[in-house]
Amino acid sequence: MAISTVSSRPDPLRAAAPVPGPEVALTVPSLRFDGQPLFQDLCLTLPAGRWTCLLGPSGVGKTTLLRLIAGLEPGGLVRVAGRAGPAAVAFMAQQDLLLPWLNVRDNVLLGHRLRGMPRGERSALAEQADELLARVGLAGYAQARPATLSGGMRQRVALARTLMEQRPIVLMDEPFSALDAVTRHRLQDLAAELLEGRTVLLVTHHPLEALRLGHRVWVLAGRPVRLEGPIRPDGPIPRDPAAPALLRLQARLMGELVASAKATEPA
Amino acid sequence: MSALRPLGTVLGLLLFWQLAVWLTGVPPYILPDPLAVGQALVGRASLLAGHAGITLTEILLGFVLGSLAGALAALLLVASRAARRWLMPVLVMSQALPVFALAPLLVLWLGFGLGSKIAMAVLIIFFPVTLTFFDGLRRTETGWLELARVMGARPSAMLWQIRLPASLPALGSGLRVAAAVAPIGAVVGEWVGSSGGLGFLMLHANARMQVDLMFAALAILAVMAVGLWWAVDRLMAALVRWQPDTYQNPR
Repeated sequence: MAISTVSSRPDPLRAAAPVPGPEVALTVPSLRFDGQPLFQDLCLTLPAGRWTCLLGPSGVGKTTLLRLIAGLEPGGLVRVAGRAGPAAVAFMAQQDLLLPWLNVRDNVLLGHRLRGMPRGERSALAEQADELLARVGLAGYAQARPATLSGGMRQRVALARTLMEQRPIVLMDEPFSALDAVTRHRLQDLAAELLEGRTVLLVTHHPLEALRLGHRVWVLAGRPVRLEGPIRPDGPIPRDPAAPALLRLQARLMGELVASAKATEPA
Repeated sequence: MSALRPLGTVLGLLLFWQLAVWLTGVPPYILPDPLAVGQALVGRASLLAGHAGITLTEILLGFVLGSLAGALAALLLVASRAARRWLMPVLVMSQALPVFALAPLLVLWLGFGLGSKIAMAVLIIFFPVTLTFFDGLRRTETGWLELARVMGARPSAMLWQIRLPASLPALGSGLRVAAAVAPIGAVVGEWVGSSGGLGFLMLHANARMQVDLMFAALAILAVMAVGLWWAVDRLMAALVRWQPDTYQNPR
């Protein structure tokens, strides 16, 4: 899967068609936070077209790793499919980050607007945006204002916006944490289906979420941070949360998380 | 009903005023009753209208120019670090000087006409606009800016598509303050030196003990100030319809 850093504009006609995701490797030689070494010679590889999940106690540095790959934080070396350079990523956060003054469709098309695509070309993409909205279950909401939607609906708009970017790499920072259990479950299914084939990094603090969606699950622990694992659950995603094998893994993962929290707390 | 409520307030105040004049028996050259002021309003209508036109022009031009200057200054402060370092202290200092103290100078430099009054209004208007707009532009939700960065947004798009709309509620606060203080600048300018305008008329009426005329001019000034404020308020509410009003919609 030798796809280079995707810099050219993706084909607008292939809306939700899976984009093959490249392998992404992050190296952090040394990063200090508050005078303490946070990362020291840390390497994280996201296998091509797979979901990688990061777990760990709050404040351990999960989000920092994601931000390093996104280029929002200096200090990391990112290699995409073996080549150094900035990664073309799409980003989804815990907050939906919808702009309240734009309607749902314009929020989905935000990336194109911000990159300076003329209005005429953007309106040609409206159909595609509506198609994506339909796929996340929001057909007919294109003209709605974000303020009129529920939290789950807003996060689905954010997912459609992420898909509209058509980036082969998708970084997600606790995207479903603020949702109720049922909505979260549905969105996990939806994300697994729609992001198939892309390289995904999911930061989460739900062990079960990581096990449902992750091809590789890492636990972050200690100062400086060590990556422990990975756990590689079997089978295609999204996995059945009631499967006995998954529940056994969850028990094991819980143990690791408790240990990692202890290792991370200041002595 | 909601349109009648302010009318009711005004009527109540007028009634209270009339009662106070009756009960205290204060002479009309100290405090005329509302009826006398009403008579002055009608009887001297053409005189008042001419002066009111001058003052209204000063207020509106001062408001528009002052708001534009304030908005431009805020954009300059956001765009350039050097501007923040060098311009900000100048702006603050310009506000430390009382406008009243500057008024004679402005009249000396710009003459008795519109120029000095507009300059005065601009001087007191631009600062609240600059300050609130600048604050709004700076305090943009960082999540939005980071999302834009990851999307590969152009810097100009970050400013115009994200920072600017996000700062509109703050700009609205500044413009409302500006609308409320704009008449002060114009009238102070007229007091210090002018040949027309409601401030000029009030000064002369005062000297001749025509207190009813003074009050009539004051009433017109109040209506203009409230009208401007209302127009700005409606405009900003229409521009930031997406901002929930927690008082009107206390859900």
